[in-house]
Amino acid sequence: MESGFGSDFGSGGGGGGKLDPGLIMEQVKVQIAVANAQELLQRMTDKCFRKCIGKPGGSLDNSEQKCIAMCMDRYMDSWNTVSRAYNSRLQRERANM
Amino acid sequence: MDAPSGAGLGGADPQLQRFIEVETQKQRFQQLVHQMTELCWEKCMDKPGPKLDSRAETCFVNCVERFIDTSQFILNRLEQTQKSKSAFSESLSD
Repeated sequence: MESGFGSDFGSGGGGGGKLDPGLIMEQVKVQIAVANAQELLQRMTDKCFRKCIGKPGGSLDNSEQKCIAMCMDRYMDSWNTVSRAYNSRLQRERANM
Repeated sequence: MDAPSGAGLGGADPQLQRFIEVETQKQRFQQLVHQMTELCWEKCMDKPGPKLDSRAETCFVNCVERFIDTSQFILNRLEQTQKSKSAFSESLSD
């Protein structure tokens, strides 16, 4: 899977040279999903580092690792809660329009 | 064919145009969820525990609602400020 949008979207060899919109849409969806996952990971790492690592030692000790593991799960729970709450709010707003 | 935003993107293909509109909308939603999760985590999370307790969960829900309220409040008040003063730039220049 090439990164970036500059990659060749055409189907295989130099045949018709016609772009398949279905293929483009699928590839774009994948790129978007990857970008979202990266964003989530980046923010999660930031938050969990802040919560779990005090004075940085020579390695991650057991308590720190346990904390990070729990933090990851709680961050996912939070993300899902926020997503649901925001969705509900949007639907409520639309219903009131 | 006159198209709203996304005109020029996807060219004459209405399927691609629709796709772009839908995905753009979805991304706006995702971005806000990322942003609010980050903000509300600061306000609602103390020490990460074995599960999200109900108090924290309520806090997150309230946080989302208040964030949207804040956003709307700002937009409304800005609009009012622009109406009551003859030009917004007037208030900026003092």
